[in-house]
Amino acid sequence: MIHSLFLVSTAGHIFLEKHWKSVISRSVCDYLFEAQGKASAPENVPPVIATPHHYLISVYRDRIFFVAVIQTEVPPLFVIEFLHRVAETFQDYFGECSEASIKDNVVIVYELLEEMLDNGFPLATEANILKEMIKPPTILRSVVNTITGGSSNVGGTLPTGQLSNIPWRRTGVKYTNNEAYFDVVEEIDAILDKSGTVVFAEIQGVIDACVKLSGMPDLTLSFVNPRLLDDVSFHPCVRFKRWEAERVLSFIPPDGNFRLMSYHVNAQNLVAIPVYVKQNVSFFETGSSGRLDITVGPKQTMGKTIEDVVITVHMPKVVLNANLTTNQGTSTYDPVTKVLVWDIGKLNQQKVPNLKGSLSLQSGAPRPDENPTLNIDLRIQQLAISGLKVNRLNMFGEKYKPFKGVKYVTKAGKFQVRT
Amino acid sequence: EGSDGKYHVGSSSMKAPAKPIAGNNYGHHCKPECFRSRHDDLKEMLDSNKDSLKLEAMKRIVAMMARGKNASDLFPAVVKNVACKNIEVKKLVYVYLVRYAEEQQDLALLSISTFQRGLKDPNQLIRASALRVLSSIRVTIIIPIMMLAIKDAASDMSPYVRKTAAHAIPKLYSLDPEQKEPLIEVIEKLLADKTTLVAGSVVMAFEGVCPERIDLIHKNYRKLCNLLIDVEEWGQVVIINMLTRYARTQFLNPNANEVLLEEGEEKEFYGSDEEEGKEEKVEKKKPYVMDPDHRLLLRNTKPLLQSRNAAVVMAVAQLYFHLAPKAEVGVTAKALVRLLRSHSEVQFVVLQNVATMSIKRKGMFETYLKSFYIRSTDPTQIKVLKLEVLTNLATETSISIILREFQTYIKSMDKDFVAATIQAIGRCATNIGEVRDTCLNGLVQLLSNRDELVVAESVVVIKKLLQMQPEQHSDIIKHMAKLIENIQVPMARASILWLIGEYCEHVPKIAPDVLRKMAKSFTSEEDIVKLQILNLAAKLYLTNSKQTKLLTQYVLNLAKYDQNYDIRDRARFIRQLIVPTDKGGALSKYAKKLFLALKPAPILESPFKDRDHFQLGSLSHLLNVKAGGYQELPDWPETAPDPSVRNVEVMDKRKEKKKVEKPFYSDSEDESRLTESADSDSNTGSGSESSSATEESDSGSKSEDSGGESESEQQEKPNRKADKSRVKPWDVSNWEDFNNNNEEEKIQPDWINCKHTYTHLASKGSKINSFSCRINSMANGLELLKLFWHSRVLFVCILPCSAQTISPTFSSLKTYELLHRLTGEGLAVGYCFGRQPFVRDPHMVTVQIQFTNHMDTEARNLRVREPRLQSGMRIKEFPEIEVLPPGETVTTVMGIDFCDSTQAANFQLCTHTRKFCVSIQPPVGELMAPVFMLENEFKKEQGQLMGMNEIKETLVLGEACQSDYAIVQRVTAAANVGQVPCGSDQEFAGKTMTSNSLVLVTVITKRDRTAQLTVNCEKMVIGTMLVKDILHALSQ
Repeated sequence: MIHSLFLVSTAGHIFLEKHWKSVISRSVCDYLFEAQGKASAPENVPPVIATPHHYLISVYRDRIFFVAVIQTEVPPLFVIEFLHRVAETFQDYFGECSEASIKDNVVIVYELLEEMLDNGFPLATEANILKEMIKPPTILRSVVNTITGGSSNVGGTLPTGQLSNIPWRRTGVKYTNNEAYFDVVEEIDAILDKSGTVVFAEIQGVIDACVKLSGMPDLTLSFVNPRLLDDVSFHPCVRFKRWEAERVLSFIPPDGNFRLMSYHVNAQNLVAIPVYVKQNVSFFETGSSGRLDITVGPKQTMGKTIEDVVITVHMPKVVLNANLTTNQGTSTYDPVTKVLVWDIGKLNQQKVPNLKGSLSLQSGAPRPDENPTLNIDLRIQQLAISGLKVNRLNMFGEKYKPFKGVKYVTKAGKFQVRT
Repeated sequence: EGSDGKYHVGSSSMKAPAKPIAGNNYGHHCKPECFRSRHDDLKEMLDSNKDSLKLEAMKRIVAMMARGKNASDLFPAVVKNVACKNIEVKKLVYVYLVRYAEEQQDLALLSISTFQRGLKDPNQLIRASALRVLSSIRVTIIIPIMMLAIKDAASDMSPYVRKTAAHAIPKLYSLDPEQKEPLIEVIEKLLADKTTLVAGSVVMAFEGVCPERIDLIHKNYRKLCNLLIDVEEWGQVVIINMLTRYARTQFLNPNANEVLLEEGEEKEFYGSDEEEGKEEKVEKKKPYVMDPDHRLLLRNTKPLLQSRNAAVVMAVAQLYFHLAPKAEVGVTAKALVRLLRSHSEVQFVVLQNVATMSIKRKGMFETYLKSFYIRSTDPTQIKVLKLEVLTNLATETSISIILREFQTYIKSMDKDFVAATIQAIGRCATNIGEVRDTCLNGLVQLLSNRDELVVAESVVVIKKLLQMQPEQHSDIIKHMAKLIENIQVPMARASILWLIGEYCEHVPKIAPDVLRKMAKSFTSEEDIVKLQILNLAAKLYLTNSKQTKLLTQYVLNLAKYDQNYDIRDRARFIRQLIVPTDKGGALSKYAKKLFLALKPAPILESPFKDRDHFQLGSLSHLLNVKAGGYQELPDWPETAPDPSVRNVEVMDKRKEKKKVEKPFYSDSEDESRLTESADSDSNTGSGSESSSATEESDSGSKSEDSGGESESEQQEKPNRKADKSRVKPWDVSNWEDFNNNNEEEKIQPDWINCKHTYTHLASKGSKINSFSCRINSMANGLELLKLFWHSRVLFVCILPCSAQTISPTFSSLKTYELLHRLTGEGLAVGYCFGRQPFVRDPHMVTVQIQFTNHMDTEARNLRVREPRLQSGMRIKEFPEIEVLPPGETVTTVMGIDFCDSTQAANFQLCTHTRKFCVSIQPPVGELMAPVFMLENEFKKEQGQLMGMNEIKETLVLGEACQSDYAIVQRVTAAANVGQVPCGSDQEFAGKTMTSNSLVLVTVITKRDRTAQLTVNCEKMVIGTMLVKDILHALSQ
C-alpha cells in the first residue's frame, strides 16, 4: 500500500521522509514540484499524480504537502483519508501541524508514523491508542527533558487498547472530576445571488465531544427532534443499530476529544439565512477606477446576536488599491494577494454596518468583466440554526455522577454572495 | 554542537532553491570530515552504558534519517543496542534497523536472535512487535526464519499476534515470491479466523498474494459479511473491495433485463433478426431471484455508508454501483454528496466517481443537483469535475437552471475554469436539442469577450456545434471569419479556417479573401494553422478554382519549403491530389469527394463515459489507466455457480484445519519425530521448572533415574504432548482455562517425559549431532547465525512457541567479559548464563562462552586447563576448539557446579601459544533453576520456610517498573526463577542447582509505588544476596 511518505513545504523543502518498504529516492517528488509549478495555487495541485514507476497521492494541509508514494493499485481515498488522519494526529499531539512543530518533534513524528503503518497498511490510527504508546510532548516534560538530558516519549507500559474490542478507548481511565461536554456546531453553506436570493443553502452540523469520564461509561444521547437529521455519519463507537431503531446515540466514548457525529439537516426545511447583504461593486469604463458599497444587517437571528462577522473579497488582479471608509470595524486591502478583509465584529439592529469607497485600478488595463464574490464569516452563540436540541444524556455502567453540558454554536460555512 | 549544529548544515543546503534532485544526499556536499567526527561522537554515545546517552544518540540518528541523510555507517554501533532494556531506545533501534538492514545484510543478522527470543515472549504485544520487526527486515537469508515465525504466529493464541502474522505475509511475499504456496496455506488458515482484529489484515494479505484464489473465500464469505461492521475501518475498505469482486463471480446480474433492453435499443439499426432473437431471450429468462448471500452482502454493507471514513463510504458506494439492483443504487447518493463537504482531495476523488456514476445512473443524483454548484473558492480541478457532473445531470427540465449557473461561471476570474464551462455548454447543447440555439447564441456573444482564451474556446466549441446544422448559421460563420484578424490563439484560428473551408459554399465571397490574408501571414503561423491554411486552399481550389488557383499554388510553394516535414508532406500530398498532371493522377478525380465529403458531426462525449469498466473508487478508475496490481472486475456469470460452496459445516472445518496444520510440522514420519523431540527439548530447556517441580513433588526421583525407561515409550509420549501444545498454544491469558480444563494432570506427566527424552538424547551424543545436522540443513544458510547463539538460535527458529508461559527465562541474557581483547592479545572471550539445564549434569550451571578472534592469525587449540576450584566445585570443560580463524566468532558451552555459592571458578584458558588466567563469578540469581508450582503449593512451601528463612524488605519501585509485567521482567532477569501462574501476588519459584533447596520470591505491590519483597530460602546466604539483587533490579 503506502510505500513512503514525504512531507514537503510549499517552498519545496522535503523536510521529512519515511519509508515502510524499500527506500524510494526523494527525487520522486520532482513530479509534485512540476505539478506545483503548473498550478496557480498549492490547492490546485492534483491529489493524484502518475509517474512512470510510482503514483503520488498527496494532500495539502496547513501549508504542507503530505505525499504518499504508491506502487500498486489502492483506493485513492484510502490513502487520502489516512494522510488526513496523520495530519490530525500531529495537530492533536503538537497543538499545530506545521513545518516547525514537525521538525521540533521529529522523533515523536517518526515513532507515530512507525505505529500508524505496518508495511504500508494502517495499524493504529486511534488517538487513544497512540497516546498510550507515545506520550504527547508537554511543557512540563520538555522542561524535565532539558534538565535531565532527555527522557522517554514512549510509554513504559504496553497499550492494551489495541487488543480490546473497543479499540478507541484506553483502559483504566481515572478522573477526579468526571465531565462530559458536547458542542453542537452548525454551519450554513449558502450561495446568494446578486439580488440576495438564495441559490443554494444547506445546514450541516457536527457534535464534538469532550468526554473525561472514569472507567467504562456507556452513554446515551437523545434528541428532542431527531427527525431533523437527514444524513449522519458516526464515530465508530456509535451503535448504528440503536440509531436505526430508536434514533438515539448509544456509545462507549473514547477518552478525550473526538467528533461524535456529523449530520446534514433535512433539505426540505428552509434554511434561515441570518444576515442580509446589500452590495454594489462596479468598475467604470473610463478613469481606471471603481466603486464599492457593502451593507450587512441581521435578518433571521432568532433573537441572538451575530458575532465575529468578517467579509472577505477576492478582488480582480487589476485592482491596485482601495480607499474605503466604514462605520464599524476595520477594513484592510492587501494589494499583493488582492484580498479585501472587512472585520465587522458584532451586528446590532440599530446601526447597520456599511463599507464604501473607491477602488483604483491599474491604468490602461481593460475593465475587469467579472465581479468579485463576497465570502462571509459569522458566528452565533447558543443557537443551532436548524433548531436541533439535545434532550438528555444518560450514563450506564459507572456509579459516579458526571458533570454534563451541551453548547450550541452556529457558524457560516461556505457562505458566498455573488455580485 | 549537537543536533542544533547539525541541523544548520542540513537546512542550509535545503535552503538552496528547491532543487530536489540534488537534495538526495546532502551529506556528501557538506564537508565529510566534519560529519566523520560527529558520527564518532554518536558511536561513543551508543557504546556508553547510560541509557540516556544512547537515547539521545538514537534521537539524533532518527532525525538524520527523517531528513533523508545517510546514517548507514552507524549500523554496527546501533545494532548492538537492539536488546537494550530501555523501551524507547529499542523502538528507535528497530526503526533504524528496518530502514538500513537491506543495505547491511550481514550485520543485520546479528539482531535476529533478539527477535526470535521476542517471538517466544509470554507477552503477546512483545511477540507481535518482534514478528513485526523481524518480518520488516528485508534480508533474504532469513526467509526460512520468517516463514516459520509467520506460521507459528498464525496459530498463536492472541488475535493481535495473528493479525501481525497476516501483516507479515505480504512482506515475505514481496521479499520472495517463491514462498507463495506455503503463504497461501497460512492465508487460508487465517481466513478461517473468527476475530474482527484479524479479518481486515488477512484479506489485505489475500489481495496482495493470491487475489485469484477466489475459492478460498467461499467458506468464509458469510462470516466476513457478518463481521464487517465490527472490523476496523481500514480493514472494511479492503474487505468490501474484495467482496465486490467475489460477488461478481458468484452471483447473477440483478440488472440483467435492463442490460438487454439497453443493448436492444442501441443496436436497433443492426437489423430486425437479431432484435427478435433478443426479445425471445428476454422472455425466456426466468424471473430473477437474488441469491440470499448476495442480499446479505448488500444488507450488511449499507450501514457503513454512515462511516466517518470517506474511504469506507466510497467502498460501499462502489459495491452498490457494481452489485445492487438499479433501484437500490440510489441509497448511496446521499452519503457521496456528504463527502463533498470533506477535504478538497476527498472531493476530488468522490467527484471523479460521481461523474462516472452520473452517466450510467443519472437519476440517483438529480435531487442533489445544487450540491454540485460551484463556489469561487473551489480549487480548479474541483470546479472542472463539478461542471462535468452538472453536465451529465442536465436534462430537459433542469437545463435552464444549469445554464443560468453556467452564465455566472463564465464571469469567473479563473480562466481555465471558464474554458471548461464553455466546453460544458457545448456538451449540453449537443445532448439536449431544445437548447442548442440558445447555447449557440450565448457562445456567439462570448466571441466579443475581452479575454482571448474565452473567445478561442468559444470558437472551438461553436465549430463543433455548427457542424451539426451548418445551413442555418452562415451568418455566424461570417462573423467568425471576421474574427480571424483579432484572434491569436492557434487552435481557434485553425478552427475558423476549417469552418470556412468546410462551408466555403455558404460564404463564397469571404472565403477567397480569407485565404489571401492567410497566404500573406503563412510563414509566421503555427503549425496547426498552416495545415488548415493548406486545407482551406485545397477546398477552395476544388470549388472556386478560378479565383484561387494562383493563391493555392503560392501557398503550396511556401509549404514546400517549410521547416516542418508534416507540412511539407501535406503540401506534396495535396498538390498531387488536386492539381491535374500528365502522368498518374488517378486519384485526382476523386479529390472533391475526398475533401468535401460530408463529415459526421463530432460527438461531444464525457471523458467519463464507460469508465465504469474499472472498479469504481480504484486508482485505475481515477487515472483511467490500469495500475499495477489492479484486479479486473469480472463480468457477471451467465449462470450462477453452485451457491452451496458457501455453506459451512462446523465439523468439516475442524478437520480441514487439522489437515492444514499437519504438513507444517511433519513431511514424513522421521522428520516429525525429530522436530518434535526438539520441541520437548525446548520445553525442558526453557521451562524446566515444571518438569523438575513435578518430579520433585510427585515422584521425588531424580531425573537421571528415569533415564532407564524404555525408549519407545518416551518417544511416543512427547509426540502426543507436542500435538497438544500446538492445538492449544499457551499464553498467560490462557492460564485460567488451562487450569479449569483439568488438563493439568494429563500434561504434567508429559512434562516429565519430555525431560526423559531429553536426558536420553543427551546420553547418546551422536544423536544430538545428527539432530543438529538436521536442523542445519533445514534452516539452510544459517551458519552465520550459528556463530551467535549457537544452539539457541536454531532451537528458537524451529520450535513453535509452545512453552512460552513458563519460560520468562529468555527475557534477558547479560553478557559478561571473561577476557578483554587487549589482555587476550586479540582474543576476546565473553560469557553468559544460558539458563538451560546443562546437558550432562543437572547440578551444573550452563555457561555459554563466546570466542572472537581479532588477531590476524588463527588461534588454535582453545581449551581449559588447571581449574583451581573451591572444594566441592566441579567444572565440565567445553570441547577443545581446534582452529578459530581470524575475524571469526565461535560459541561453546561449559558447565560449572558452583556448589550454591557465589565464589568464582578460576581456570586457565589456553591457546596454542598462550595461557590466560580467568575466572567466572556467578550472580546469585544464576545459581538456581525455575520450578513450576501452583499457588497453593507455593503457599504451602512458603509456610514451611518462615522465621530465619524468610527475609522481608520494603522498597520503592523504579520509574520504569510500575506495571506487573515490568516486575516480572525485572525479577526473572535478576534471578533464574519461574513465575507462579495465576498467583494473587507476583510469586516466583526456583531451586538452587546443587542442593535443590527451594527459593521462593514474592513481590506484593502496594499503592504509592511501594512494594514488599519477600524471599524464602533455607540457604540464608543465598536468600540475603538474592534480596539485595532483586531490590536493586526493582528500584532502578
